[in-house]
Formats: sequence, C-alpha cells, structure tokens
Amino acid sequence: MQKFDVIIIGAGPAGLAAAIYTSRAALSTLVIDESSAGGQVKTTHQVANYPGFVEPIAGHELAANMRKQSEKYSTKFKLAADITALRLRDQEKWVELDEGDKYTAKFVIIATGSSPRLLNIPGEQEYKGSGVSYCATCDAEFYKDRDIFVIGGGNSAMEESLLLLQFVKSITVIHQFDELQAEKITADKVTMNPKVNILWSHEPRAFYKKGNKMVVEAENLKTNKRIRLERDGIFIFVGLVPNSAFLKNTLIQLTKHGYIITGPQMETNIRGVYAAGDIRDKKHRQITIAVGDGTIAALVLCPQNKVC
Amino acid sequence: MLQTNLEHIESKERLKELIENNEKVAVCCGRMGPMCIPVYDIFEILQGNYPDIQFRDMDFDIPAAAMIKDLPECRGFWGLPFTIYYRNGKIVKATSSIQTAKQVKSVIDEVFA
Repeated sequence: MQKFDVIIIGAGPAGLAAAIYTSRAALSTLVIDESSAGGQVKTTHQVANYPGFVEPIAGHELAANMRKQSEKYSTKFKLAADITALRLRDQEKWVELDEGDKYTAKFVIIATGSSPRLLNIPGEQEYKGSGVSYCATCDAEFYKDRDIFVIGGGNSAMEESLLLLQFVKSITVIHQFDELQAEKITADKVTMNPKVNILWSHEPRAFYKKGNKMVVEAENLKTNKRIRLERDGIFIFVGLVPNSAFLKNTLIQLTKHGYIITGPQMETNIRGVYAAGDIRDKKHRQITIAVGDGTIAALVLCPQNKVC
Repeated sequence: MLQTNLEHIESKERLKELIENNEKVAVCCGRMGPMCIPVYDIFEILQGNYPDIQFRDMDFDIPAAAMIKDLPECRGFWGLPFTIYYRNGKIVKATSSIQTAKQVKSVIDEVFA
C-alpha cells in the first residue's frame, strides 16, 4: 500500500493541470490512466486555440509537454493501468490496479474525460481495421475511389466526411434523425456534394462482411423495417461518452448520461472527491476549460491540506 | 518521420535482423495519426514492464514498411496502425487499427507468455 496526498484518475489536460498544481504545492501526487498521458488531446492532429502557441501545436506534443511539466514537479504516474477496485467513501480513499498494487490518498480528482462512442452492434469490433474505421485522417486513403458509409450526422461526422470526400467515390450517410445535427455551414458542404446521399431515420443494427464488401443492416426507425446495403467500408462518428463506467459502485452522483455532477469548486457529492474536465456535467468541453477545471480542483485541495 | 520515444525501424535489414536475433518482438507500423499515437505510447510504457520484449515502431510510408504491408497476415487490414508480434522469427499475431492498453497487454499475455 503506497500513500499519496492526492490521486488523480485520468491523465488528460484536466488531470495533468491538476497534477502540476498539486505537485508544485508539495502534495505527493499520483496520476493513474488506463492509457498513456494526454487524453483526447494526444490524438488531436493540431491544436490552434490553446493560448500561448502562435502557431498550431500538434496535440501529441502539447500532451507530452503537459506530462513533462508535471513530472518536473515530481508527479508520479501509473499509466496503461486498469483500476480493479476503488473506494471513495472513507476519509482515506484507495485505488487498486490490475498489477495488484494499492494506493491511498485523502483526496481524489477524477478526470477521466470521454471517449468516442461505439455502436456496440454485432460486427463492429470484429471488423475494426478491416472495414470499420473511426478515423478519416488515418484510414481515408485505404478507401480511395471506393464507396463507403458514414454513420452519424453531428459535427465530427460531417467534418470527417469532408476529408473523406477528397478520397472516396461516394458516401452514404446513415443518420438516425430527419436532419443533420452538425453546424449548417459544414453540413451544407457535405450534403451539396454530388458524391453524398443520406439515409435518414435509420440506425445500423449489425455489420457483416460479404467477400470484400461491408454490409450494413440498418433499421428504419419509423417503420422498423430492416434493409441491407453493401459498400467498401464504414466510418463511424457518433459522438462521445463519458469514461465513468468504473464509478458505478462508488455512490458518486452521475447524470443519466454518465457525467459527474459537481459544484463550482469541482466538488462531487462525496467529501474529498473532485471531478474535472470532460467527465463533468457541463455545457462546453474544450482543452482550456478542462485545464481550468483541473486548476480549480487542485487549488481547492491546497488549503484543506494546509500545505500551501 | 515518427516522433516517438520508441526505437524506429528504418530499413528492411534492421527489421530482419531484429526478428532473427530476438525471441519476442512487437512492431507498430503507422503514422503520427490519432489511431496510431496511443499504440506507440502504450508500447513505450509497456517496454518498461516487459524487458524481454523488443518494442519498436516503423513509419508506414518508408519503403521498408512494405515488409509489413505485404504480409499475408495484413491482407484485409484497412486501418492504421498495423501491429505485428513476432516470436522466434515467426508472426504470432497481427492487429489493425487502434488498440487499448488492455488489448495490447492481452495480446502480449496470449502470444508471449
């Protein structure tokens, strides 16, 4: 059992900002993440709206800088580590990791962010990387002059479609509503392109492979009738989900969508437990806001701990 | 050019030499894209935990990458990165697209145990 002043769960911008502040305040700080440090920022091609960088900075570079900065002040990291047990209710909170080690702290900051939503339908995992993709930047060229599906009608679906249109022969957008949710200016660019057609009010129910083709079985949400359509590939962009599944037995108060409810000081309903960044229930989700959340949570801890 | 802290494989000869001279080798072949970066990072973290495994990366766009792209195991792969696991010079697993740390550890436990 190793003891820290603060355990931060999640190594994205919110968690790393909090770590920089708590570590600089001489609070021993452990950051745990199931992946590597950086959260969604590390997979962002270029960040152009983070103050202090005149030219856009690569997301992975910004993430690496944040990690290095917190390490400079002695933050400890346990990365690529899964939480197998977690207790937040007691005054001394503890976290157990898959390697069997246990860590305790008086304060916990949850900053686990959100991840791209999966459809969780048959065939999605099976054909990931061999017909099913989540990244136009990465995989568009594999589909040069081919016919594809795009699943989703929000901003990310339309922005990625614009990139895909530079490569593919045609796109069939499958969307659950009668209109696109994306910003009009982006949506119009996609819908006005002659290579695009849209299957409204449909949702995929399963993916299959037929020879080299991907088959989508889609349900008409108005008639419940199912159809099967063939194309060369499927790109899925259906929003984000909060990474809060690991909190289900902790009594942390969540919204119905799984976001953590906090007060203005990032406090949750459990004493000594704070939440910061995209995991919080809030309107806007930006790197700058996540960093602000993490900073507030860390500053609130300092006077309680009488260290700073 | 990959900007990672992993050792890069830059030639066919180096890859050949690596898999011939090491029992356990894992190579992640991709670009600096959103699906690839997390896998490089996971490799970087895991190389501290698994000193008996040689973790490397390889730029998908250099000529030497043909040694991975053209593998029969990668036929039908349409998502970066292509990640290949070699044991005693033979391919024991190949995956396509992003993998979580849990998935990578699971493959390692499966093929390198």
